[in-house]
Parts: sequence; structure tokens; C-alpha cells
Amino acid sequence: MFVIFLFNAIRFSTTFMFGCTGETITEKGGNLNLGIPGIMCVGAVGGCIGESIYLKSLSDISRINPFLAVLIPILFAMLFSGALGMLYCFLTVTLRCNQNVTGLAITTFGVGFTNFFITLVDKTNFNVASKSFTKFFPIQDASNWFVKLFLSYGVMVYLAVIIAIIAAIILNKTRLGLNLKAVGENPATADAAGISVTAYKYGATGIGSAIAGLGGLFYIMDYLNGSWEYSIDAMGWLAIALVIFSIWRPNWGILGSILFGALYIAPSYLNVSFSQKELLKMIPYIVTIFVLIVSSIRNKKENQPPASLGLSYFREER
Amino acid sequence: MKSTEKSAREPFFQIVKRDNLVWWKAWLIRAAAVISAFLVCGIVSVILTKRGFGSFYVSLFKGVFQTERRIWNLFQNISLLLCISLAVTPAFKMRFWNIGAEGQALVGALASAAIVVYFGGKVPEALLLVMMFGAAVAASVIWAVIPALFKAQWNTNETLFTLMMNYVAKSLVAYFINVWVTSGSGVLGVLKFGHFPAIGGYAYLLNIIIVAVLTVLVYMYLKKTKHGYEVSVVGESLNTARYVGINVKKVIIRTMVLTGVLCGIAGLLLVAGTSHTVATNTVGGRGFTAILVSWLAKFNPLYMILTSFMVVFLQQGAAQVATDYRLSNAFPDIIIGMFFFFIIACEFFANYSIKFRLAKKEKKA
Repeated sequence: MFVIFLFNAIRFSTTFMFGCTGETITEKGGNLNLGIPGIMCVGAVGGCIGESIYLKSLSDISRINPFLAVLIPILFAMLFSGALGMLYCFLTVTLRCNQNVTGLAITTFGVGFTNFFITLVDKTNFNVASKSFTKFFPIQDASNWFVKLFLSYGVMVYLAVIIAIIAAIILNKTRLGLNLKAVGENPATADAAGISVTAYKYGATGIGSAIAGLGGLFYIMDYLNGSWEYSIDAMGWLAIALVIFSIWRPNWGILGSILFGALYIAPSYLNVSFSQKELLKMIPYIVTIFVLIVSSIRNKKENQPPASLGLSYFREER
Repeated sequence: MKSTEKSAREPFFQIVKRDNLVWWKAWLIRAAAVISAFLVCGIVSVILTKRGFGSFYVSLFKGVFQTERRIWNLFQNISLLLCISLAVTPAFKMRFWNIGAEGQALVGALASAAIVVYFGGKVPEALLLVMMFGAAVAASVIWAVIPALFKAQWNTNETLFTLMMNYVAKSLVAYFINVWVTSGSGVLGVLKFGHFPAIGGYAYLLNIIIVAVLTVLVYMYLKKTKHGYEVSVVGESLNTARYVGINVKKVIIRTMVLTGVLCGIAGLLLVAGTSHTVATNTVGGRGFTAILVSWLAKFNPLYMILTSFMVVFLQQGAAQVATDYRLSNAFPDIIIGMFFFFIIACEFFANYSIKFRLAKKEKKA
């Protein structure tokens, strides 16, 4: 029972893990992208469009190639969500608009875009295509807890963990990561040191958005086995909460995601009434608020949000 | 030789901050943005619907102005959006990024609904309305002040804090609905008590009057009072504010109390004047839209009448377009999102000017 619970928690947490890693990379560059919920939605619909195109190109559904059935949607999801991230960047970095306002507009647009276009996507055989997502390792021994907990997920679960670890390494161990953090902390200093603030901000937001978009795709194609649901934006807001919870560290974000996933699905495993379930749903947010407060009271430098988070940089303004 | 090398290194264009744009030029830029947004929305609609260009605008205007009921709906929706926009404005003016108006208004609505559930029919209707007002304002003030206290004391990031509070509020509403509705349907039906009186037979008139009065009051508060002045000094420069002896902590908390009061009134208007029930989506994203409305109006309550009108007009009109053409009900969101992009981007052209290298050379010659 507990193994199944943990298995489902980890599987569910992948949605946030993508969003959290993407948003962490974005925020390290000093961009508070509140458009992430919209971007995750657009990633989902983009992936669905890609999958639909691939499935239509097949003469018969039995000739589906599992590798292509996963790769094409992933590329489409990254393309769509990355494009929306670029739009955000164009407005906030090039045109120097307010980041909160732009992010909220992106979310409005992204959610609308997704809910509109998903009705036009032909979703036949998505349940078949979804099998290429949910099965990765050939061993499927449900009785062994080790196999169940570590080897029986879909390919995107492993992808999420790998991306998070790579992001953590790049941010902490490489010059690229150091430069990005400099841009997020103090863009004027970074600029003076010869780092291209614009290039880093575009790069971080574009890549971050593309990663976040995969979260939406995972939720639809893996967690929901190819059926559609209009609640991806709620996952996006949780992902933003998770960035704070993990105090801007992608590697902690993995554990944080699993914890959030467990908290999110726990009500359906506990024997509680409907009303109590609703109360349990607030826990992830309350925990996040608590982390936010504690980290601000302790005021340790390494646990703070990037100093220029939410501010647009204009070179000539001092 | 040297000079050619230099000019080759010079960027092709340069972005320069404008000092003070003449007001009519700034409004010309904004009007151009609105018009181009409308044109692009029309083009997108033609692509999506494959109908004539003009029919989009016909549907748009019909959806808003065709019947008396639609016009009332327009004003009613404007008043609700405007009320929440007024609530967030003072805080934004001091650069306190409160994106939790959604939750603040929602707990206000929840508190006034709670009063109706527990006291409805047991006390006179007028007293009930007063109690609803008190409860709504108290709940919203609590919701708004918590992040302000932490911001004032420990500089806790208010954007993220208020954002999280929205979802706590939503869960709270879902919890209480499940407590009150024993059937397990999760939907609280229309409440029988605690309705605003219909002045002259118009159900929404009182809502509209209240918000109109509030708009003027908030305008006066920000422009004519010492409090309003302190808010704008804190927003301009924290150090200046400290230097001239303004108690910044006090200003932050006081302003968020005001936000709470206004959000509480918005919650009351939602329950007593509009939907007569409460659900997790009662506020319906207005808390977020209000941020855009307030920002587009440059935090001026009087301009906000105009910006909230534009947003509600598009929402209602685009919804009609979606019904007429049998499109998904997500269509208004796309239109509004695109509209926002244009308006947001136009602020760049109002604040900065682009100087091209070629133009510069001519000047020198």
C-alpha cells in the first residue's frame, strides 16, 4: 500500500518537477515568470498537436514507433512553450515591461490558447500513444518494491530527474551558471564584467519555459494516460510555490516535488471526509508560506531570492 | 580610418529613456496600441472562424450593447473589476506587489456568505447586511495584513506570499462549502437572505453606485491626503521615505489594511449584490485581471474606469463572438491575452524612444 502511494506520489510529482526546474532557471536569471502556468498548458497542447500529427501520419496504429511517439510530442511541447517564454522575454527584457503584469498576461493567454486549441486536436488513439510514455524499462515486476519504486516509471519521470540534476550542476559548478546567477543578482555588475545580460536572460527564460512545458505534456500523456483535463494551470502555480520551497535549488526541487506530490494525492489515500480533504489540499501552500517566512527571518544570503528578481534591467538607468 | 572603425562598432540603434512625453503623445501611442490590438484580434478571429472581418466587430458590439440586460451586465462587471482594481492600487503605488487580491476578495465573499448561512432569516435583513459587511471586511483585512506584517518586519517577498494565500483561501472556501452542504454536491445554492435592495427595480444599481463612490474616494485618498503622499514617496524611494521621517512599516501595514477593506467590499458585492452564493471561482480571476487594469491605468483610479471598461467590453463581447460562431468558451481569454500584450508593449514606446544610427549621423552633418 505504502509502496503504491509513494509510486503514485513520485509519478505525480514529475509535473511539478519540470515546472520547478524550468522556473528556477528562469528566476536565477532575474525573471519572475508568473506565466509558467500558461506556459505549462501551452506545452501540453503543443505536445498533443505533435502527437496528433504523428499518429495521423501512420497508416495503422499498430505500426506506432514508441521512440517517435514520445520524441515528437516532446519537441513540439518544447517548441510551443519555449516560444511563449520568448514572447515573455521580448516584453520584459527587450521592451522592459513589468514582469508581474506580463507574466499574468502570458498565463491568461496561455490558458485561453490551450483550452481553445485542445478542442480542435484529434485525440483518437492517444491512449495507445500514452503507453509509449508510461513504459520505459522492460522489467515490470509489480511485486518487488525496488522495481516498483525505481524502475517502473515512464521515460519522462527519469528525464525530469536528470534535467533537474543537470540544472543543479550547471548552476553551481560551471561558469555558465555563475554568470547566470550574476545576471540575476546584479545585472549592472554582470554587464560591467562583460556578461551579456540580454543573452543570458533570453537563454534562461527560453530554456526554462521549454522545460516547464514538458510538465504539462507529462501530466496529459503519462499521468492521465492521454486524456485531457483543464487543470494544468493549478499545477503551474504549485510549481512556482515549489521554487520557493526548494529555495531556488533544482536538486532540492526533486525532493520538494515528491513531497508536494505526496501531499497532493494523500487525501485520496486517507480515510477522511470530503471537507477534511479540502483542508488537506492547503498544506502545500501553507508549507511554502512557512518556508518563505523562515528563510526571510533567518536572512541567510544563500537562501534568498535572486536580488534583482522581478526587476527589468536598463543599462542607462543608474 | 579610426572613425570608420568606431562607427562600425556602434550599435545600429540605441534605446533612450524619454524624460517626459507630452501627455497627448502618450495617449496617442496608447490609442494606437488599442486600435492595433482590436485589428489583430479581428484578424485572428477571421483565421479561427473563417468568417468576414466585419462580422467579428458586429458580434463584439452586439454582445455588449444589444439588450438592456447586457448593458447592465457590462456595468455590473465593470463595477466588480473596478472595485478590486481600486483595492490593489494603493499597494502597487508603493511597489508592494500584492497579487493576492483574488484570495482577499474570496475570503470576504466567504465571510459574508457565512453570515448569511448562520444568521439568515434570524435577524432583520438590514442588520444582516451590516453584519455581512463587517465580516467581509474583517476577513479580507486579516488576509491582506498577514503578508504585509511579514513584509514590514522581515522583508518577506510579498509577491510570492500573497500568491500562495490565494490557494489557501480557495481551499478554505471548498472546505466550508462541504461543511454547509451536507448532500455532498459541493455546490452552495443561491442564498435566500442578504440580498442588496434593488434601487428603482434595478438589481445591480447599488453595486454600481457603491463602486462609483469608492472610485472617487480612493482618487482623493491618493491625490489629496497625507497618507496618499506617503504611499507615493515609499513607492518612489524607500531611502527618501526613511530620510523624511516616514514610518515605512506603518505605511505598508496601513495601506494593506485599506486593500483589505476594499477587497472585503468587493467580496460583499459579489455575494450580496451579484451571485448570492460563494464558490471557489466566485472571484473568477478578477484579482489577477485587476492588477493589469490598475497597471494599465498608471495607478490612477479615474483612468481605471476606462481600462476596466475596455477589459470587460472585450470579455463580454468576445464571449458573444464565441457563442455566435460556436467557438470554445476559451476564446475570450485568447482575445484578452493578445489585447494585454499590445497594451503592455505600448508602454515601452511611451517610456523609451529608439534612436537609429543613421538618423544620428544626419544630425551631425
